[in-house]
Amino acid sequence: MNYITLLNNQTIGIAAIPEIPYDTFFEINTGFITQHPERHCVNYFGYKIGDAIKLICCIADDDTHQIYVSACVVKRETPLLALTSKLLCFEKFEREIHENFGINFIHHPWLKPLRYAFNRFDTSQTIANYPFYSIKSEELHEVGVGPIHAGVIEPGHFRFICNGEQILHLEIQLGYQHRGIEQLFLDKKELLQRATLAENIAGDTVAGHATAFASLWESLCHFQPSRDLDFARTVAQELERIAIHTGDLSALCADIAYQLGASVFGRLRTPIVNFMQEWGGNRLSKGLIRAGHNPFPFTPALAARLLVVFDAFVADFDEMCKQMFKLPSASSRFERTGVVSHDDVLSINAVGMAARSSGLQRDIRLSHPYGLYPELNHEPVIKRHGDVYSRVQMRKEEIKQSIEYVRKLIASVPHPQPAPSPLQQPQTDAFTITLVEAWRGEICHCAITDAQGELLIYKIKDPSFHNWMALAMAVRNNEISDFPVSNKSFNLSYAGHDL
Amino acid sequence: MLDTLKILYHQGKQFIPNVRTAQVPGIFRGRPLISLQTVDQAALTSLCPMRAITANPVAIDLGKCTFCGACAQQFPDKISFTTDYKIATNQRESLIITAGDDTPLQLNPQMIRPEIRSLFRSSLKLRQVSAGGDNSSEWELNAANNVQFDISRFGIEFVASPRHADGIVITGPITNNMAEALQICYDAVPHPKIIVLVGTDAISGGLFADSPAVNRSFLQNNTVDLYIPGNPAHPLTFINGLLNLIGA
Repeated sequence: MNYITLLNNQTIGIAAIPEIPYDTFFEINTGFITQHPERHCVNYFGYKIGDAIKLICCIADDDTHQIYVSACVVKRETPLLALTSKLLCFEKFEREIHENFGINFIHHPWLKPLRYAFNRFDTSQTIANYPFYSIKSEELHEVGVGPIHAGVIEPGHFRFICNGEQILHLEIQLGYQHRGIEQLFLDKKELLQRATLAENIAGDTVAGHATAFASLWESLCHFQPSRDLDFARTVAQELERIAIHTGDLSALCADIAYQLGASVFGRLRTPIVNFMQEWGGNRLSKGLIRAGHNPFPFTPALAARLLVVFDAFVADFDEMCKQMFKLPSASSRFERTGVVSHDDVLSINAVGMAARSSGLQRDIRLSHPYGLYPELNHEPVIKRHGDVYSRVQMRKEEIKQSIEYVRKLIASVPHPQPAPSPLQQPQTDAFTITLVEAWRGEICHCAITDAQGELLIYKIKDPSFHNWMALAMAVRNNEISDFPVSNKSFNLSYAGHDL
Repeated sequence: MLDTLKILYHQGKQFIPNVRTAQVPGIFRGRPLISLQTVDQAALTSLCPMRAITANPVAIDLGKCTFCGACAQQFPDKISFTTDYKIATNQRESLIITAGDDTPLQLNPQMIRPEIRSLFRSSLKLRQVSAGGDNSSEWELNAANNVQFDISRFGIEFVASPRHADGIVITGPITNNMAEALQICYDAVPHPKIIVLVGTDAISGGLFADSPAVNRSFLQNNTVDLYIPGNPAHPLTFINGLLNLIGA
């Protein structure tokens, strides 16, 4: 066998992953995906074993709910034929491996630095001299934006090539937020420190990343979470989706200068995040999700309180949505702006909301369900046009869907398990993969332990890793003045990408 | 038009009338109280993932604390968190709360430069720089500007250009890759100017303090005017901290 088949949250011995020669590795991993839109690469990374580098590739199959994992040991000096030469979806992964280890990939379209990690192979490359694509022409001009942007947001640099007001090309350079978080997962040995790190990967996706870490760790320690743990995590993730989507609708209205929408959606986020504070003491759910136990059990009193919050929210939300969607001045800015086609999102491996807005069904809650999602019979919201309008509609419908799911869940609040059994030591020489569908899309965490059960590698993939390219594609041929609203319609994470 | 008026009517008045006396809902973890009870101090200090708790006497450094509440859950008789959100100060040492200490945090008036109050009391424009911030403090800074917290009613606003700003608000532990951009931005702000640190990561570096990807030399070379703790900082902590600084 050339690969091993795993399920979401499964732990196996690292030796169980077949090590195959690179040409076989190339054939099977490109073969999995070619002509198979239901399959996509959820993680592909390398780590050092002595002088050599071990590559691990994980391909998820949405129909069979399985993950196909294969491995290959290569030498740094040996150039490899890029998987990207056949399929663009590997583009970012290979850039990362090239940046970290110096492996040369032949026929890769651009092996540019990804995030200027502190432990990169070639430290002579610095963030100040990124090799931007440019066109020599008297008709065209370049516009550079960032790293510091006009609003209160994270840093990143956007380089536009424009013909008059029209964007021909956008290149997005990231890395400014790089904090070395994957290395810190190895250096900080305490569970509480690692849980805190997981919450800081992207501070707007706390429930998503904290659930991913907790689930991975519990799998690694052979701990079966009780129902109240799964319940709390599922509810927290859906509430996070409601809160961020509502805040995004506010920001989208602000970007088209629709003050009423910006104010009303902006204030509607508050009761949801304030409920998070009533539950766990933090408006962004920090401190709420921990591996092996539930520090803040969800009580029937909280359920009753949440129903009151929802009733007030829905009335105002529906009224505001109805008004916004019938407003011609809003529709004219949203419709046919920032279009990214189904074929494009498929080829670049876009995930989550961005993929679903262009008609591509990618939703871990359905394809690799975890927590209490199997009981919810989740049906993803799918939009076809791939424009800003689709992503606005997507948010509105996902908010309504999440409210229904949470209402269904809190109708029967599980009793907290009085004293959960303590976590055992992690399995030695093991590999674990965890997938979570956060509000932005698919999160993938992978861990490998050594002979003592210590973490050897902790690999994080945020949905933004792929979706930044979707934004670059979406703004082509748009007026540059429509860039802010397109950007906000994706609302991607800089910290989650840069790690 | 009528529908718009209906929405306005249904929304009513959303703003918090008094941001100094407003109560936060639920179990918000603000200023901690440490009792004089005798506990296993070694167990308590090693429990904290941030090493924010020190022994003899037991003290919590709010500049390092993430307010996760793990200490209060395990030592409920020793440590409790109040809902007092006014925990901003201009003196780094004031962020350290010791056992038996139940006085609200205050600014040290001697350390406030006179020009801050004479120039910025009724108008303060700020440039925000996220330097490795995880976007949680940034969300809450944006929330400070929504119709409920409405910080702009005090003449405090975030502006797009450092040239229009009276100071910078830093979030995040300051990464190597942002260090130069932060310096350029600060240099572009005209004098006199203030520096405000928001969130645990900015104040102490948090869990990232000893990461080789972080470069905090900017803070060694410049004087900080206000520390606003939290993970993320609550909008009311931010607003009250600034109001106390500018004397509004």
